[in-house]
Amino acid sequence: MSFISIVFYVFAALTVFAAVGVITSRNPVHAALFLVLAFCSASGIWMTLEAEFLAIVLILVYVGAVMVLFLFVVMMLDVNLIQLREGFWRWFPFGAGLAGLMVFEMVWVLGSRQTSDTVSAITHPANYSNTKELGRLIYTDYVYPFELAAVILLVAMVAAIALTLRRRAGVKSQNVADQVKVKAKDRIRIVKMAAESKDSVSN
Amino acid sequence: MMEFLQTLEQAGQNLLGPAWLPLWTVVKIMLIVGPLMGCVAYLTLAERKVIGWMQIRIGPNRVGYFGLLQPLADGIKLLMKEIILPSGSNKFLFIVGPIMSLMPALAAWAVVPFNAELVLSDVNAGLLYILAMTSLGVYGVIIAGWASNSKYAFLGALRSAAQIVSYEIAMGFALVTVLMASQSLNLGEIVAGQKGSAGALNWFVVPLFPMFLVYLISGVAEANRAPFDVAEGESEIVAGFHVEYSGMAFALFFLAEYANMILIAFLTSIMFLGGWLSPLPFLPDSIVWLFGKVAFILFLFLWFRATFPRYRYDQLMRLGWKVFIPLSIVWVVVVGAWMQTPLWVW
Repeated sequence: MSFISIVFYVFAALTVFAAVGVITSRNPVHAALFLVLAFCSASGIWMTLEAEFLAIVLILVYVGAVMVLFLFVVMMLDVNLIQLREGFWRWFPFGAGLAGLMVFEMVWVLGSRQTSDTVSAITHPANYSNTKELGRLIYTDYVYPFELAAVILLVAMVAAIALTLRRRAGVKSQNVADQVKVKAKDRIRIVKMAAESKDSVSN
Repeated sequence: MMEFLQTLEQAGQNLLGPAWLPLWTVVKIMLIVGPLMGCVAYLTLAERKVIGWMQIRIGPNRVGYFGLLQPLADGIKLLMKEIILPSGSNKFLFIVGPIMSLMPALAAWAVVPFNAELVLSDVNAGLLYILAMTSLGVYGVIIAGWASNSKYAFLGALRSAAQIVSYEIAMGFALVTVLMASQSLNLGEIVAGQKGSAGALNWFVVPLFPMFLVYLISGVAEANRAPFDVAEGESEIVAGFHVEYSGMAFALFFLAEYANMILIAFLTSIMFLGGWLSPLPFLPDSIVWLFGKVAFILFLFLWFRATFPRYRYDQLMRLGWKVFIPLSIVWVVVVGAWMQTPLWVW
């Protein structure tokens, strides 16, 4: 067994362990942290495939941003753990069936003769840049699908903001532009008056 | 120096065979982490001294000559103290929190180059790796804040998470402009791209000056330093996310904060200030320049802390989202257009 396969099996085992942890842990925060571990080990597997751009971006985007916001929400939820576990056995057959179907599909696709013959790990020289290759493909051959995806994301973002934006009357907030525009003479008035003499003070 | 290293490596190869590579890598990691920890210790002393002088005080001067043994004394004191586990806390995550905070701060150093040859791991996607590692630092804060089961700690964690996620976007866009200018993600090549006959005028700080400011200020925010230290906010939420920590567990947060500061100072010097390149064309390039630039940026960090009052939280968010992010996106477009013209000489 080569070093790279040992690395692969370690990461694969970690991914499965973390994925099981996501669905079995009682506490939603623990489940979210297990999901983070699953992402990290999946990123490790991608790294063994020399897909360093995807591996690092998985960490950067999913672990570094998406899961942080996810944790943010989960931590602030007031969840009733007992209520959450009530539906477990009712939905278990459905979930198990779905999982079985997915395992079957993956074994079917990945284990079939055609894929195992044609797909093999391609190794590249050390100066090969996965990032550059990917960028070149995205901005030439796949530029329209890429831009379409970007527009769909933009629409989703605008929609999310439009759904949650509420304008309430009577809210006190500061307008920074107005604050910056303020000059000293708007706020204080300097009054000139004659100095008082010593006699008037003593009286 | 380089010949000596090559003979050493050759001798090691002959002596230990396949065991040599992991061993040699561990030695190299030690050679980075050891001095880094020393720098962290003396940065704390420098901070107290510099801020003391700025406020016309003396600063620590009792332990050792000129207070030079103060960091050692602080370290020993923290080691001897008990680590208190709050009874309502989540024990496992309470311990994991500080570790998760220090780990990314140290892991990011794997790709930081010290000069053209001196780098632990010369990877092509170095810049992406740094971004990914620094984005992991927030987990330490969130986990610590949540596991403490304390309101102040939790508030601090939420503030910090929102702040780091916001400023990371502007920081990422600032790095995109650097990447466009240098056409490489490799930190060594980014420095090499700033080499030229005009010395300091060849550095990326000249065409990317607004991004330099955005990166530096976002860096201060990412490291949770004053004036962006709302995650700690002594006057509002006691000490924020690490309020329940004591002894060495607290010290790990402290180490992580200072290691992050040094990391950001290094990255700013490498990406905008030409790394180890000399500012004047007739002087030789040397690692000394890099350390000088890093020291200057670290001094800026201390200077900021002594000068500015803490940002209010909504102002901090406004600065991140409404000033830095639009500015950096516009500058990406400006640099893209500029690079298509003959006026681009970098």
